[in-house]
Amino acid sequence: MEPIPQTGVPVLEARGVTKRFAGVTALDAVDFSVRPGESIALMGENGAGKSTLIKVLTGVYQPDEGELLLAGETTSFARPLDAQKSGVSTIYQEVNLVPLMSVAQNIYLGREPKNAVGLIDFRRMYADARALLTEYGIQVDVRRPLRSLALGVQQMVALARAVSINASVVIMDEPTSSLEAREVETLFRVIDLLRGRGIAIIYVSHRMDEIYRVCDRVTVLRDGKVVHVGDLDALPRLELVSLMLGKSVEKVDRGGLTAFRAANSSDAPPVLVAENLSRKHQIDGIGFSIRPGEVVGLGGLLGSGRSETLKALSGVMQLDSGSVTIGGKTVRSGSVPAAIRAGIVMLPEDRKSEGIVPNLSVRDNIVLAALPKLSSAGFTSKRKQDAVVDVFIKRLHIKVSSPDQIVSELSGGNQQKVMIARWLAMTPKVLLLDEPTRGIDVGAKAEVQALIDELAHEGLAIVLVSSEVEEVVEGSARVVVLRDGSIATELIGDGVNENALLAALAGEKDDDVAPANEELTKVTK
Amino acid sequence: MTTTVDTVPNRTEDNRASRERIASALQSYGAAIVLGLLVIVGSIAFPTFASAGNFANIATQSSFLLIVAAGMTFVILTGGIDLSVGSVFALGGVLAAYGSTFGLAGALLLPLAVCGAIGALQGFLIAYGKMAPFIVTLAGLLGVRGLVLATTSGGSTTPLVTDEGVIALGQDSMFGIHWPVVIAVAIIVVGTLLLARTSGGLSILAVGGSESAATLMGLPVARVKFGVYVISGLCAGLAGALNAAYSSSGVPTVGVGLELNAISAVVIGGTLLVGGRGNLIGTVAGVLLLSVIQNLINQVGSLSSSVQAVVSGGFLAVVVIIQTVLSRTQRL
Amino acid sequence: MTQPTVSARIPSRATALGILQRYGVYIAIVLLLVYNLFFTPNFFAIDNFRTQFVQVVPVLIVALGMALVIGTEGIDLSVGAVMALAASTIPLYIGYGVVPAVLIAIFVGAVIGAFNGIMIALIGVQPIVATLAVMVAGRGLALLIANEQLKSVTDPGVLALGRDAVLGVPFSVIIAVVLVAGVALLVNKTTFGKQLIAVGGSRRASELAGLPVKRILLLVYVLAAGLAAVAGVIGTARLGASVPSTIGNLIELSAITAVVVGGTPLTGGQVKVLGTVAGALLLQFISATLIKHNVPDAYSQIAQAVIILVAVYIQRGKVSVR
Repeated sequence: MEPIPQTGVPVLEARGVTKRFAGVTALDAVDFSVRPGESIALMGENGAGKSTLIKVLTGVYQPDEGELLLAGETTSFARPLDAQKSGVSTIYQEVNLVPLMSVAQNIYLGREPKNAVGLIDFRRMYADARALLTEYGIQVDVRRPLRSLALGVQQMVALARAVSINASVVIMDEPTSSLEAREVETLFRVIDLLRGRGIAIIYVSHRMDEIYRVCDRVTVLRDGKVVHVGDLDALPRLELVSLMLGKSVEKVDRGGLTAFRAANSSDAPPVLVAENLSRKHQIDGIGFSIRPGEVVGLGGLLGSGRSETLKALSGVMQLDSGSVTIGGKTVRSGSVPAAIRAGIVMLPEDRKSEGIVPNLSVRDNIVLAALPKLSSAGFTSKRKQDAVVDVFIKRLHIKVSSPDQIVSELSGGNQQKVMIARWLAMTPKVLLLDEPTRGIDVGAKAEVQALIDELAHEGLAIVLVSSEVEEVVEGSARVVVLRDGSIATELIGDGVNENALLAALAGEKDDDVAPANEELTKVTK
Repeated sequence: MTTTVDTVPNRTEDNRASRERIASALQSYGAAIVLGLLVIVGSIAFPTFASAGNFANIATQSSFLLIVAAGMTFVILTGGIDLSVGSVFALGGVLAAYGSTFGLAGALLLPLAVCGAIGALQGFLIAYGKMAPFIVTLAGLLGVRGLVLATTSGGSTTPLVTDEGVIALGQDSMFGIHWPVVIAVAIIVVGTLLLARTSGGLSILAVGGSESAATLMGLPVARVKFGVYVISGLCAGLAGALNAAYSSSGVPTVGVGLELNAISAVVIGGTLLVGGRGNLIGTVAGVLLLSVIQNLINQVGSLSSSVQAVVSGGFLAVVVIIQTVLSRTQRL
Repeated sequence: MTQPTVSARIPSRATALGILQRYGVYIAIVLLLVYNLFFTPNFFAIDNFRTQFVQVVPVLIVALGMALVIGTEGIDLSVGAVMALAASTIPLYIGYGVVPAVLIAIFVGAVIGAFNGIMIALIGVQPIVATLAVMVAGRGLALLIANEQLKSVTDPGVLALGRDAVLGVPFSVIIAVVLVAGVALLVNKTTFGKQLIAVGGSRRASELAGLPVKRILLLVYVLAAGLAAVAGVIGTARLGASVPSTIGNLIELSAITAVVVGGTPLTGGQVKVLGTVAGALLLQFISATLIKHNVPDAYSQIAQAVIILVAVYIQRGKVSVR
């Protein structure tokens, strides 16, 4: 949409805001402002201060120095409720609503319409909710429990609630990470609607395509400071990335966007053969093989069955039919221990809740899967454990004060390395990676990518699922593209490039998406 | 250009939706269904069971537990638990007996005030002190029982209810229905209205359903959590006072294990232990179910209390297993 | 922005708080002993200490099992009923000799534990309700087996278990010490123990790491019940009578209190064996101190309640901002 001509006072402004935590300066004299109807992208790597700034703007934190201004007047938010009441609403990556309650209840929770007696007027609530959602082009039975709806619709409900609280600013924190393409379109349409009403949008996202599509201006943070404020039209993508990373433009251009080197291809016989993997409503007839040292990317949109395929391979999900064989021997389906015994291991997507055991030490986390191997007669052997732990800490460059440090104190990147160490200690044959670099700052990301590369070169077979197109493209020798639970196509050799992947993802979908796709490829240089 | 989202993209939705609805209905109304079956079977098997007198008896016996369980329902809906209700029940009885020297007002106000204050103290520690409900109310169970003993010379004295009005409250009836039953029903009605039709009630369900979401949505989570423990304390105290009126004395040793009965009734009634879903009608069904089982066992006559215990425990186990299996089909 | 960017620990404001958190129980015991040294006649006598240690044994043994269960983020309310079942089984089989009778009693406990474990680990029922049901049914079963009667036990072997001593140390205390050592070894030095801790720390992560989670949970409840059965046997031996109606009454509360006061978090992921011992001892000493000062039982309960609250309040400060 056309940028709204900017005049007048910013609706929300931070001036010289500084915030410190226990010796770390998270924000350093940050100036930030957004005007009515404007859509500003807030960008920066993890650790740059984005989330801290958002929390200051929404009243979760209070600034140590500097001030906040609302429509030109100095103000302060002692807690989130204050910010909300002042018109600053937020929608988050996870839908922070109550799953068991209905759509309408979620929208109006805390401010339900009441009748004369003071009891909730349900009929009016349902009608209001329906009307509200229709404005955004959503038709849904507002009496249904929220969790029975698709994530995209849930996100829309969250947005409807955020706006209906008379918001003048809506902050969107990674709003599309769980959405399908069609739902993303709906979200963008709603954003346009809101801007037309004079509502300001602060958009936080890692996804370049979206930023360039939906925002006029951008503020880039690095190490707690503002390094750039300006129009997006005037800023090529490469320059934006280099601003975020602090690396020069040439370096970024040359090295590609990831740390993957040229993909490896081997001639050895396949180590894993998956045939006709099927599970009702999840995946259908998935089959492929993978050789030692090969990295196979699994591409596809959300809901295409990538995670489900990994879960089937790793024994987390039971199969209805089909088989997985390692070196010719069939692996029992639906059993994680059986898969691990056969040499198939998986790095789960959600490191915090499915990967690490947060209150245990680094050592305990690394040896977790290998415990029986590192024991004699049921008793743990510190000697054997130390041998393994020390080797991996060194080899993977895991930054710890000591192996006994509690793993929750480590950064995301180091935690991920601990997870990888855990699996390497089992001498696996096949490593399944589900979003291995999600939530990791750029330096560690490169390290993890380089590590994956190295492991492949050493002979490990790797299946890579990543929502970052560059990662899939630069990291994989082959890409198997999934759609709706089955294989759509396969990209090999030279065919593995960004345009081909995007085209395959869009595929023969309905017209809605095609125009969007065109714009995407336009922006992708 | 509207997007119609009734037909959700995910293939599994339709099947899952109807399965979910059946499982959900079973969970909410299962207790009532079983109760109905038991009443029918019992009436056929034992002629003495199906008499108005026996039903009135069951109702009266259940009323005290029902009031306690109602308060417990509020607490469990927020995902918490209140182990102190048994001791608070006893305290309510003792205080009612002492307070009866000041007439009906004294017999009711004293227990309500003190027990409400105890609920407030626990609620404060849980909601604002952020301590675990299990622990705080466990301490409450011990501490309040100690208080009961302290006010009755170590449990050796049993204060008597002296006021006629109070005794009438406990033992008289209106159209054949005892006053405690009337009060219990009134509490259920008011409570149900509160839960389903007021902002506060929805907040309780929201806090239990997802505390983090409720916080981010700007709900007064701490206040809600504080409030339910006050409600629980008041209910337990009131039930204890009524019980004292009914038996004309405040026995200090009553209520041991009452919290477990209340929890059982609430859980059997379909309220999730983790909170977020449930209602008072289910609790009524749960309480009645437990009472009817007790009554039926008594009808057989020759069975001892130990057999009752085995049957109750076994029954609870079966119900809870069924509920768990049902709720698993509802989870994604 | 999925990962919090600042990982700051709330610094232990005073290292005083940190010290309190880790050693609070022990400090409390020391303070109490010092108080008794000066103000309680006859406390610091061998006889008295022997009595104290003998009295704490049943709660301590039950608390050991409870600590293991709590370490997996569970709870076991049925331990008292298991004690009663063990007590009611002894007279039935004492004819075969002490050892067989005791073994059978422990076996019965283990079977009950298996019931708990199957409901909780295999079916997925919540621990509090599952063990509550077993508690109610179990106590009733125990009374049925005993025909609602208390039976005196005259077998010399059993009585010796309860009353004899070796080098001045009562048998029951020795057994308790051995069990403490055994559980400590289990938790710190065995594969099973480490896996148990991991399951309590993050059940999902443990599942995905290939740990036999269901088997571990099942075994934990079997262990807890087995230990409770041992406590029931010892209790019966000391009384010289099997009293299933009262033995172990409310002991689950004391056990949970001892575990929590000793520093093991209800949220699982950590088991402090020595802390549990200290917690049980602290409660025992408090109760004894109050009795020796003729303080009515009522205040002893109130004191317990306050101690629990203080202990848990201190433990709270361990949260780190993420």
